[in-house]
Amino acid sequence: MNVARTHKRPGARKVRLPGPPLQLLKTPTGIAGLDEITGGGLPAGRPTLVCGAAGCGKSLLATEFLVRGAIQYGEPGVLMTFEENAVDIEKNVASLGFNIPRLIAQKKIVIDHVVIDRSEIEENGEYDLEGLFIRLGHAIDRIGARRVALDTIETLFSGLTNQTILRTELRRLFGWLKQRGLTAVITGERGGGQLTRQGLEEYVSDCVVLLDHRVDGEVSTRRLRVVKYRGSTHGTNEYPFLIDETGISVLPLTGSHLNYQVSNQRISTGIRGLDAMLGGKGYFRGSTVLLSGTAGTGKTSVAAQLVAAACRRGERCLFFSFEESPAQILRNMRSINLHLENHVRQNLLRFHSARPTTLGLEMHLVRIHKLVDEYRPSTVVIDPVSNLQNAGNLADSYNMLVRLIDYLRKKNITALMISLTTGDQRLESTNEGMSSIVDTWLLLRDIETHGERNRAIYVLKSRGMAHSNQVREFIITSRGIKLVPAYLGAAGVLTGSARLVQEATDRAATRRDEEERERRQLAFAHRRRAVEAQIQSIRAGFEAEAEEFAHTMAGTDLHRQDAERNRLAMEKSRQAINGTTKMRRE
Amino acid sequence: MKINHRGHRRINTARADQPKTTGRRADKWILRLYVAGQTPKSLAAFANLRQLCESRLAGRYIIEIVDLTKAPQLAQNDQIVALPTLVRKIPAPIKRIIGDLSNVERVTLAMDMDPAPGKK
Repeated sequence: MNVARTHKRPGARKVRLPGPPLQLLKTPTGIAGLDEITGGGLPAGRPTLVCGAAGCGKSLLATEFLVRGAIQYGEPGVLMTFEENAVDIEKNVASLGFNIPRLIAQKKIVIDHVVIDRSEIEENGEYDLEGLFIRLGHAIDRIGARRVALDTIETLFSGLTNQTILRTELRRLFGWLKQRGLTAVITGERGGGQLTRQGLEEYVSDCVVLLDHRVDGEVSTRRLRVVKYRGSTHGTNEYPFLIDETGISVLPLTGSHLNYQVSNQRISTGIRGLDAMLGGKGYFRGSTVLLSGTAGTGKTSVAAQLVAAACRRGERCLFFSFEESPAQILRNMRSINLHLENHVRQNLLRFHSARPTTLGLEMHLVRIHKLVDEYRPSTVVIDPVSNLQNAGNLADSYNMLVRLIDYLRKKNITALMISLTTGDQRLESTNEGMSSIVDTWLLLRDIETHGERNRAIYVLKSRGMAHSNQVREFIITSRGIKLVPAYLGAAGVLTGSARLVQEATDRAATRRDEEERERRQLAFAHRRRAVEAQIQSIRAGFEAEAEEFAHTMAGTDLHRQDAERNRLAMEKSRQAINGTTKMRRE
Repeated sequence: MKINHRGHRRINTARADQPKTTGRRADKWILRLYVAGQTPKSLAAFANLRQLCESRLAGRYIIEIVDLTKAPQLAQNDQIVALPTLVRKIPAPIKRIIGDLSNVERVTLAMDMDPAPGKK
């Protein structure tokens, strides 16, 4: 009977029926983040329902799915629109950099605008929606489409009155799409306590994606949730997403695991003294550094030193500033002899300034992710993270920071987060409670003594390296930042001019000591000379005596020899030499 | 009824011996009936339409039948969604009726046809 329903047109694409698939085949959407949440994309060859309230981005998602399919995956697509006409759609996505007219000319996209004007249509007797099937089928066959978007098919319900026919036909339509192996996105308006006003979820049950646009504390955030994905695991959370000049970006937040690689490489902090405090080598690459301190302790300057050091190595840096404009930072850093504008010109440094309250926390996070992905920096500075709280509550901002840190660590990006501590707060704590998740924590503080305020820096913790336990005084000069050991002595820890005075006193005392020593040395030398002179004179007297003695001894000897000679001569003259005497003499 | 393979058939019933102006508004009616093959609904719609035209517009109507299974590209032009669809091309304004036209009275009302000659 139903000739039209079973007819086969020449050129109709054969349904590809692969053998029993081990896993559900998926069609990548090309939408950043969405494929990650769904584990590869939407179910291939099946319809997916995208629902949400007005203005939540359903149509854009559907259009982007088609356009990216056509451009990135070589899968032509048909957009059947029930609300906007083709020209409007072209304009809408032209702002996202998609050239629809060209895609149409290349036979990669077909847009069919279906108009149902109730005032023009009279219903009389039995009918079906075969006309819609034929239009869709014709469009699909013209370009060999693999993807279909129906936006928003529920409009049929306002154009036609016979609900029974509509429901039967919709069920048949989705079955037909599935049978032809088309991956389809069907949008539906949310309402009436159901996912869609007309209960489309009854018919499209393979995959349901819910979009939401909530305003929380005057800040709106778009969120996406995969309500259902038959035959596949998927992220079940609500994921914030962003619509900007490159389309939709979904942020898979809790998808990160603690299994990233770590680097043993060390990078300079840009401040020699600080490097010395951190085992002589600086931070670990890819580590997270928290820099906290009260107002005016030079947090941004310390951060700028790191940035400048990285840029000098030819690495890229991304500076998120939630308080100052880039121009302001550049000007201020010039005063400490850091010419960051050169690095900006070399495209090694990029600033992103925004007021925290302009966007929700998630949006900030999405934006940071997006910029990091785009720019691929080696170092990221967030100045300050404490301000982000203004865009949400404490728990939210903590979660956001954990996600951000995980993400940056995974990418092996060194992150420097600045946290402003207010006066009435314990110094060694942060509002965000993030102290336990950072690798290195530097504390900047001011020490107020002798009518002046001086800055001091110390390393509160630094995982995986021998680090100094010293408090160093930290001086910002027009030539840069210098760390000097604070005076540690009997008078306690002294900084600033007190340290200078104490150091001068110490120097004077040292000088006095040295003079005293020299004097004593001199006196001793005199004494030595006197003693030596005495020794000299005594020795001279003694030598005279010795000579006298030797002389005397020599005189005695001569006398004895003379006596002997005389005796011998006497013996000879007496001729009284006997044998024994003779023998002995020989 | 036979529908040719080009998907387009004109049934011209206008005859030279008929008076030119009997309608209130127009001399000649052009009605287009969109169908998808010879389904019971399309056959019924055609039969109902033919009967109606014969009784109300005898000799001054043209019925064009478009079979969308043969010429799917024609569906977009007239914004066809449901089938069968009857489109009144002339006289203006364009009017549409969807369904098998089983309620003859409502078709006459919707199409703004003259009352049946017998009732006048």
